[in-house]
Amino acid sequence: MKLSTFLTSAAALALGTTAALAQNDCAAGSTIEDGVLTIATGNPAYYPWVMNDDPASKEGFEAAVAHAVANAMGFDDDQVVWTRSSFDQAIQPGAKNYDFNLQQFSITEARDEVIDFSLPYYSAAAAVLSRQPTADAGATNTVDSLKGLKWGAAASTTAPAMIENLIGPEDSLLLYDDSADVVEAMKANQIDASLFDLPTALYLSAVTLDDGVLIGQFPPEMSENPDQFGLVMEEGSALKACVDAAITTLTDDGTLAALEAEWLAEATGVPVIE
Amino acid sequence: MRRRSNIIAGVSTTLVVLAIVTLVPLAPGWAAVKKSFFNAEVFAQTFPRLVQAFLWDIAIFLWSVPLITVIALAIALARDTKNPALFPLKLFGILYTDIFRGIPVILVVYLIGFGIPGLGLPRPWNSPYIWGTVALVLTYSAYVAEIFRSGIESIHDSQRAAAASLGLSQSDTMRFVVLPQAIRRVVPANMNMLIALQKDVALLSFIGPVEVLRQAGVFKSLLANFTPYVGAALIFLSVTIPATRYADYLIARQRRERS
Repeated sequence: MKLSTFLTSAAALALGTTAALAQNDCAAGSTIEDGVLTIATGNPAYYPWVMNDDPASKEGFEAAVAHAVANAMGFDDDQVVWTRSSFDQAIQPGAKNYDFNLQQFSITEARDEVIDFSLPYYSAAAAVLSRQPTADAGATNTVDSLKGLKWGAAASTTAPAMIENLIGPEDSLLLYDDSADVVEAMKANQIDASLFDLPTALYLSAVTLDDGVLIGQFPPEMSENPDQFGLVMEEGSALKACVDAAITTLTDDGTLAALEAEWLAEATGVPVIE
Repeated sequence: MRRRSNIIAGVSTTLVVLAIVTLVPLAPGWAAVKKSFFNAEVFAQTFPRLVQAFLWDIAIFLWSVPLITVIALAIALARDTKNPALFPLKLFGILYTDIFRGIPVILVVYLIGFGIPGLGLPRPWNSPYIWGTVALVLTYSAYVAEIFRSGIESIHDSQRAAAASLGLSQSDTMRFVVLPQAIRRVVPANMNMLIALQKDVALLSFIGPVEVLRQAGVFKSLLANFTPYVGAALIFLSVTIPATRYADYLIARQRRERS
């Protein structure tokens, strides 16, 4: 235990303060700046995870979750500072400029060796995004039908591996930097279909593509390794226990489920892939 | 004297290498950096796939080079034309080199790689391999054209005059007198362009092809480890270092011939 943490706890005990302050103990002295929680997200951050690229507004699922976690850790909203980071910055070795980072990072075993993940705050279904002409040409929600399509994906996500494992397309994949480029390639008819987490796929099909369709989804419980999103922290982060406790609280009291219902569109209309 | 300087060079090199080998691991973050960038296990796991992906880089390089050579030579000749009736051609050459030397390669790759297929070309004519190659060829032709032009201009005017006095036409003068010397003279400079092109082929990964840089990026994301990038760098070096040495050799030989 750091001296400052010890002194804070000792002072809290001596004063016999209330539970609200006691919550703060687990994070005290462990954040990069005392009394402030620095949270990173992508640049830009995408709908519906962060609305209008403005996480401090608390609008959007991840913006809301981040603030809920911060509150549960004992930080007020005005003690939260937002910063930006790329995926690479999140996993490179060395000191970080944030306390935790959230931008739909899927928890995987290999990644967990280099960085720390919190408990998952969301389990994502994977959805197949395509365009109306492809659906008209006979693409349906069966793996056999999907095999014959030309696939593309965002390279830094778990999508390329999931496409290979779940679908195993006949033709080789084309890979892009981010979802915007994947959509561009789909518009240019260079690829037929791509795999995204369901909320992103719903957004892309409704807003970015004129003729977008969701051919089907792989529900989280269907794949062997469900795509679960976790908060990323530096390997060996002193905050991990505190963050995990906050997420457990938010899961148990239904806050996460409520935020999911508020920000992530209903998924019931998308057929399951056979 | 020669031997003494060799000894001094050997000792100082050894000292520098020793200092790096002993001091770098003393840095507080070395263990983490070693695990992320020099991970033997990850290297062994990913290297074969990286080499496989590099075959795409080589293929794209190989079919780009002849196209670049032809277009660059045509542009260089267009810029060199002295016939007033052909001024539009000269103007085109000037505009072409100005535009394509002035735009970053990656932007040309993006704009042409996504833009032209977006016009609605049918498969396979909208392939990112085709339009990515077009983007590389357009950009590199502009640079190489300027190199060819410098070569052409380095041939003294007296040679053209001599050729004319022998009764050679302007085009024959260019073909048999100027170009053979000019092209040979700029070979070392063009070798440098080839080396740069071999690296820039990796930019095509932005529009879809899974070549070595993209494959390394996929491994990086899956394994949260940067070692695949080190592997990719080694693969590039295995091609570019011999090419660089060869360019140096050509330059040295040229210097000997001229002196």
